[in-house]
Amino acid sequence: MAAFFRWLRRNLVVIAGLFTLGYLLLPNVVVTVFSFNKPKGRFNYSWQEFSLDAWKDPCGVADMCGSLSLSLQIAAWATIGATVLGTMIAFALVRYRFRARGAINSLIFLPMAMPEVVMAASLLTLFLNMGAQLGFWTVLIAHIMFCLSFVVTAVKARVMSMDPRLEQAAQDLYAGPVQTFLRVTLPIAAPGIAAGALLAFALSFDDFIITNFNAGSTVTFPMFVWGSAQRGTPVQINVIGTAMFLVAVLLVLAGMLVGRRRNKQAK
Amino acid sequence: MTSAQETGGDVRLTGISKTYGSFTAVHPLDLTVPQGSFFALLGASGCGKTTTLRMIAGLEEPSSGTVHLGDQDVTALPPYKRPVNTVFQSYALFPHLDIFENVAFGLRRRGIKSVKNQVGDMLDLVQLGEQARKKPHQLSGGQQQRVAVARALINHPKVLLLDEPLGALDLKLRRQMQLELKRIQTEVGITFVHVTHDQEEAMTMADTVAVMNGGRVEQLGAPADLYENPRTTFVANFLGTSNFIEAEIQAGAARSGDDLVLKAGDCKLTLPAARCGGPATTGGKVLVGVRPEKISLTHADDAGQIPEGRNRITGRIADSSFIGVSTQYVVHSPVCPSFEVYAQNVERDTRLVPGAEVVLHWNPAHTFGLDAAQSLLAGTTGSAGVEKVEEDASA
Repeated sequence: MAAFFRWLRRNLVVIAGLFTLGYLLLPNVVVTVFSFNKPKGRFNYSWQEFSLDAWKDPCGVADMCGSLSLSLQIAAWATIGATVLGTMIAFALVRYRFRARGAINSLIFLPMAMPEVVMAASLLTLFLNMGAQLGFWTVLIAHIMFCLSFVVTAVKARVMSMDPRLEQAAQDLYAGPVQTFLRVTLPIAAPGIAAGALLAFALSFDDFIITNFNAGSTVTFPMFVWGSAQRGTPVQINVIGTAMFLVAVLLVLAGMLVGRRRNKQAK
Repeated sequence: MTSAQETGGDVRLTGISKTYGSFTAVHPLDLTVPQGSFFALLGASGCGKTTTLRMIAGLEEPSSGTVHLGDQDVTALPPYKRPVNTVFQSYALFPHLDIFENVAFGLRRRGIKSVKNQVGDMLDLVQLGEQARKKPHQLSGGQQQRVAVARALINHPKVLLLDEPLGALDLKLRRQMQLELKRIQTEVGITFVHVTHDQEEAMTMADTVAVMNGGRVEQLGAPADLYENPRTTFVANFLGTSNFIEAEIQAGAARSGDDLVLKAGDCKLTLPAARCGGPATTGGKVLVGVRPEKISLTHADDAGQIPEGRNRITGRIADSSFIGVSTQYVVHSPVCPSFEVYAQNVERDTRLVPGAEVVLHWNPAHTFGLDAAQSLLAGTTGSAGVEKVEEDASA
């Protein structure tokens, strides 16, 4: 008994870590398990029997893959738009002194702090008053807008910690303005830009409230899932969820491998 | 060999100045650094030395004046078009590139394809061949400093600019790197312009030192010349320590080779006319300066043994501190409240303890005279001295 307590004391941190990990991953496990279910009726909420049907035919539900592809497109364009604009804003805010800089610096955080549903409603009012047709473009514009603040925050932190002498050193070593930006500024700011882009992609792909207000008759993947939850949940939703989880895990593993190889080279 | 090649590494600054709004960082300045020399800009922080260096590099645009490298006017050229490289304070190594790529950066930007041998040779010169694939943060401060030097030197610049390159190193490593830099400079023969606030560093390394104060060059010359013949109290105090006596000229010199006879209190002092920086007319006031290590201390009982022809002053020892190679005395004297004297520890006179009456004497050739109309404390590290520096800067 005493030996057990000693073992427990020594491994308490690991055990706590494993419990936390389990808590975080349990929903994913449920999603994955139920992607192999063969439900009776329209709702996939109770386990019946193992089946690969849904995995063999992931697009078997009407309109689902269409909404998925639309969500991916919007997320990709919103990421590109928000990352380019946000990076430029971040550089401007850190590097230059201009009028209204302080105001922009604090206003840029407003979309993060404002309740989403308020922003969604006011955007809808704006679009309707402008006579804009709701659809792909209105959703994209809204997504770029709320992703911007996150990109600016991530990139700004990185640019602020960057020594301006590095760029002077590059110039001193025969790199013109373009070369300096491409060879020194951009690579050093890259981790911040990548973090901002990842955040933007996840936020845009995932967004429901703002999208639902401004999509008109267009249906994105989150809207499809919510809509189908009223009428019945196809197993394919779990398939898509599991597949996305796997892709994310693979990306993280690949990133870790590249990092480890780089470190080995350096040693 | 054409003359253009021989002067290709000359740096010529003509009437160059820099102002930020109402603040003048560098007053119009003329300076020529000859090809192949090791030149130091020495001064306290805020004296304009780094601004001057950055104007040579092209990182700062001069408010007036021109910069020439050899015969070429580079004033309007951006930094990446100037044949000049800089070793930055705290090095500014590219953190995302390894040592090899850091050193190869300048070559690659100029479109040179085969850089491997050159980079290898350069890393060997600074003894870092083994570390080529490491990232800058994996190296020690001294190693990073050598990478910064290699990264600049590999481009064979006409002039290498060093902006306090040793400031971040500890004392022992700094001494070692001083010798190392001097060796590299002799080996490659490139003009070095070195900015530092450390007077010892400037004197050990440089052929020529320009002492800057408040955006102006106070004095320029070889280290020994600056030390022996300072022309202002700032230079006299900033380079080493000086004792000053206020004196009045009793007899002017007929010719420049003659000596001036001065009166300070009851003492009579001689000063070679050529070493007097102030007005040399009878009745004029001068500051008589002498370095602490030039002075001999003799106990008052033995005053008769002091040879004729030496300057002498009487006083009482107020304090003495033994520091190994020498003993430093502070002597109270009617003409100067605290006279500093450094005596080598050979044949020490045991009577020389605080309270003892002594005679200070020195060879008149080691005396220098300065204009009396300036602060005695300029260039000292005491608060009064710093205040004076700031006043000068804002004037």
